[in-house]
Amino acid sequence: MKIEVSKKSALIPPSGIREFFDLVLGMEDIISLGIGEPDFVTPWNICEAGIYALEQGYTSYTSNQGLLSLRNTISSYLKKKYNLNYDSKKEILITVGTSEAYDLAIRALINPGDEVLIPEPAYVSYYSVTQLAGGKPRYLPVGKSGFKITPDILKKAITDKTKVLVLNYPSNPTGVTYTKNELKNIAKIVKSNNLTVISDEIYGDLTYDFPHTPFPALSGMQERTVYINGFSKAFAMTGWRIGYACGPENVIDAMNRIHQYTMLCAPIMSQMAAQEALIKGENVCLDMKKEYKKRREYLVKRLTDMGLSFPYPDGAFYVFASVKNTGLTGKEFSFRLLKEKKVAVVPGAAFGTELHNKYYIRICYTTEFVKLKKALDKIEQFLKEL
Amino acid sequence: MKEILELLGKNAKLTAADIAKTLKKSVDSVKKTIENLEKKGVILGYKAIIDENKLKDAKPVRAIIEVQVTPKRNLGFDYIAERIYRFPEVKTCYLVSGTYELQLVVEGKDIHQVAQFVAEKLAPLEGVKGTVTHFFLKKYKEDGVIFGSKIKNHRMNISL
Repeated sequence: MKIEVSKKSALIPPSGIREFFDLVLGMEDIISLGIGEPDFVTPWNICEAGIYALEQGYTSYTSNQGLLSLRNTISSYLKKKYNLNYDSKKEILITVGTSEAYDLAIRALINPGDEVLIPEPAYVSYYSVTQLAGGKPRYLPVGKSGFKITPDILKKAITDKTKVLVLNYPSNPTGVTYTKNELKNIAKIVKSNNLTVISDEIYGDLTYDFPHTPFPALSGMQERTVYINGFSKAFAMTGWRIGYACGPENVIDAMNRIHQYTMLCAPIMSQMAAQEALIKGENVCLDMKKEYKKRREYLVKRLTDMGLSFPYPDGAFYVFASVKNTGLTGKEFSFRLLKEKKVAVVPGAAFGTELHNKYYIRICYTTEFVKLKKALDKIEQFLKEL
Repeated sequence: MKEILELLGKNAKLTAADIAKTLKKSVDSVKKTIENLEKKGVILGYKAIIDENKLKDAKPVRAIIEVQVTPKRNLGFDYIAERIYRFPEVKTCYLVSGTYELQLVVEGKDIHQVAQFVAEKLAPLEGVKGTVTHFFLKKYKEDGVIFGSKIKNHRMNISL
């Protein structure tokens, strides 16, 4: 007998690039520019705080909402850094990574049939998680407007079913972010159409050329925004699975009620390590940021010299490059580059519809300089041999 | 200039072209700056970091030596320091605060050679009041580089 799985689970289609992933995962001695996480290990002071927590016997549950001391630390951190005011008792929830925060936010906000607008290309979870929650995700292609959602695109997309706009900036997979002015213009549309924003700002600390503006920092937006963030990227803590959500009291309360039965709480040792990260992690964080920035400059120059075009990557650690002028699709390019040069990149189609991302690849610069250079030399060779 | 030094300080093998791309400068201007730094003696040299434990040949023996010295009128510690650091056996020499004045790292082919150097050259020097020798047993970290097994991130080859 074959167990029948739920209809809901079937909503998540098998990934079109599964085959490519399996191939890459099974290969050794390749250079991968396809890894969406830092190459740094977690800074030692943060690891040490986690180890100390274990030594001291912190191996229990915490309150559903997370350690109050960590929520207090997050509250002061956001106040100091962005002048945001979040009540640590009512408006902050500690989650198992930003991914859980997104899932909870969607489930807490969406009724069946509510529309969720997602600028495309986008990180993979947004679409499927919305579907699982009974919502209607709609991709808004932004490839023709500098990979940014504009007030115009947004206005045209809104229907009377539209409930949520998802923002992710700096973006995975493009690295593109918004200036304060651009955000202000989006905020106007959000306000006049009574939308709620889920703003995934996990890469906010990795903005290289100008200050990052959190969406809730814009006038009138805190009451309309669920701000989600985490420690994975800026603090190189992907494996710790720790993040948080900040938002209006009733939304955080609803999220917490779902969280208490699905996750119970985030791991206590990760919470304690995260606290160390916020209190004493700034310098190591800046050192890593500096290193990413150097790699970005190098990568941008090399790719430009190779004749590839891409939106300027303001932050994160990604470049979303068009390979259209090679005559290959992103998928073909990725497969051949892997086979012929043993360099891995991710086909753009992984980040939305085939139609809009067909001719793109995502290149990550989460690889030490020497290897990055080698990989780029190989890509250059590959292009010449095409 | 500071940025170039920072890059070379971490990886001396970077080419001027690499640096130029990283710092958005022209290759020529980077080359010139480096030449200038070399001329002025800001950059004294380039060398590899070697983990000798990975070599099969006999390894040199090293010791930290604390040296108590008497400063010389009008010359301070510089005179006695120079008398000491000129010996090729002395690989490192610092003037430090605390219970002794000079801290050396001395290298020899074996323990006897280092001991001999201390007994015959260093200790008898006029101005040297006493020495304490600590032989190196194991090197864990030097100049920010961890020796032995490399700590690496155990990431998967690909992730979104």
